[in-house]
Amino acid sequence: MSTEDEQAKAVSEDEISEIPETGSPEIGENEQDGSGAMIILFFILGFVASLIVGWIIFPKLLYSQKQQPVAFNHAMHNELVDEGCESCHFFREDGSYSGVPKLAQCIDCHEEVQGESEAEEYFVTEYVQKEREVPWLIYAKQPPCVFFSHVAHVKKGDMDCVTCHGNIGESESLRVYEENRISGYSRDIWGSNIGGFKKNSWDRMKMDDCAECHRKENVNQGSVQTEKGACFVCHR
Amino acid sequence: MKHEKAKKFGMVIDLDKCTGCGSCMVACMAENNVPFREDETDKLLSVAWMRVYKLTNGKPFPDADICYLPRPCQHCEGHHGHSPCVSVCPATATDYDTRTGIVSQIYARCFGCRYCMAACPYHVRLFNWYDPVWPDGMEQSLNPDVSVRMRGVVEKCSFCIQRYQMAKDRAYMEGREDIEEEDYQTACTQACPADAITFGDLNNPHHKVHQLARPDHRNGGKPRAKNLFRLLERLGTNPKVYYKSSREWVRNLGDNHDAIQEKA
Repeated sequence: MSTEDEQAKAVSEDEISEIPETGSPEIGENEQDGSGAMIILFFILGFVASLIVGWIIFPKLLYSQKQQPVAFNHAMHNELVDEGCESCHFFREDGSYSGVPKLAQCIDCHEEVQGESEAEEYFVTEYVQKEREVPWLIYAKQPPCVFFSHVAHVKKGDMDCVTCHGNIGESESLRVYEENRISGYSRDIWGSNIGGFKKNSWDRMKMDDCAECHRKENVNQGSVQTEKGACFVCHR
Repeated sequence: MKHEKAKKFGMVIDLDKCTGCGSCMVACMAENNVPFREDETDKLLSVAWMRVYKLTNGKPFPDADICYLPRPCQHCEGHHGHSPCVSVCPATATDYDTRTGIVSQIYARCFGCRYCMAACPYHVRLFNWYDPVWPDGMEQSLNPDVSVRMRGVVEKCSFCIQRYQMAKDRAYMEGREDIEEEDYQTACTQACPADAITFGDLNNPHHKVHQLARPDHRNGGKPRAKNLFRLLERLGTNPKVYYKSSREWVRNLGDNHDAIQEKA
């Protein structure tokens, strides 16, 4: 012990004696200022570069862009049907939700080409006549660990479709589907803003967004660990 | 939103009726996408949410007797929901829901420290040592309402929570506020050919489990009905799975009675 202590003391004394040497004013002041400015400049350049990489380039690389298989016009269909969204996106009797319509539903009207649009003609020849399901890309698809009940929100909670899905019913074309290359999830889960800021209630579909509303509406806040929302309400 | 009365889902398993056929285990594995391996000889690595144990009274021929004991997660309430596994989880991956009385396990949150497995006195928690591999084509028959677990996480019986979620969906669709008893039954309950398992809400006097167990909620949920017992009652875990047996040696084994006797 004692020898180690002595060694440590010797080292610290050495350091102290060295300090005045390195800090001596013999080095030219101009030279030191110049290198200091360079260091700050490099720091700023590096900082800006990493900001650009992190906030612009990485998000661009993170998401791959995919086009929907058929150009679909929500606004036009919405005018033609009687019951709004529920005409095509309906509930089954057992309370489950049909989600994106299957081909059989589309065939009810589109057995043959109805209008003059190219998209419809393509849809009828490629999918209806060949009896292939349309591989729609679902913007709001949640990861498999999530249980989301439409009926609980729409029938029990009396919420509008717009609250979570935005004004998709009034859109004339489908936007590009962006898929996270790492997780495979739709970009709508994280939201279009990479920083996670949201202006509208439909900008994001993260767990925080679910929890925020569940807290406000006092939906099963029975968790023992967190004293907030219980896990098995939305998870499975 | 209005609060319905808190539920407490639980089970009564009649050991006199159980024949040890293992239907509950099979039904559970099919319902909950429980993984299995090509070679299941090393039981320490195999996963089964519901497991049937064989108990023997250890006596020679004329008095020899056996009993089969199906063991799902006991969904312990402990004191105010602090069940052994919930108290130790550092990731908030497992939680006790005071509105349903179910101990949840979120696989996406679990990072596999396995504290809960050490804490659980019933060995209901199992660790995924491997990614599940399904024989060709079998992944098509997986239950879409249950998430498949990955390597490195702990899993356990959830009282078929997806069935509760779907029962609620049906109730909301039909404009009901609450679910019916038969709307939500676990896979093992429905599969049991001997009708040994009864499942329902222990807080609801109209449910069969309540009538069978008659739990004394002011006394840690202890069963008031005759011949009923819970596993390792003296630990105070306050489990929600009740066992029924007319045989005394079985009831004694349930609390490790013999081991204590030998020690004394």
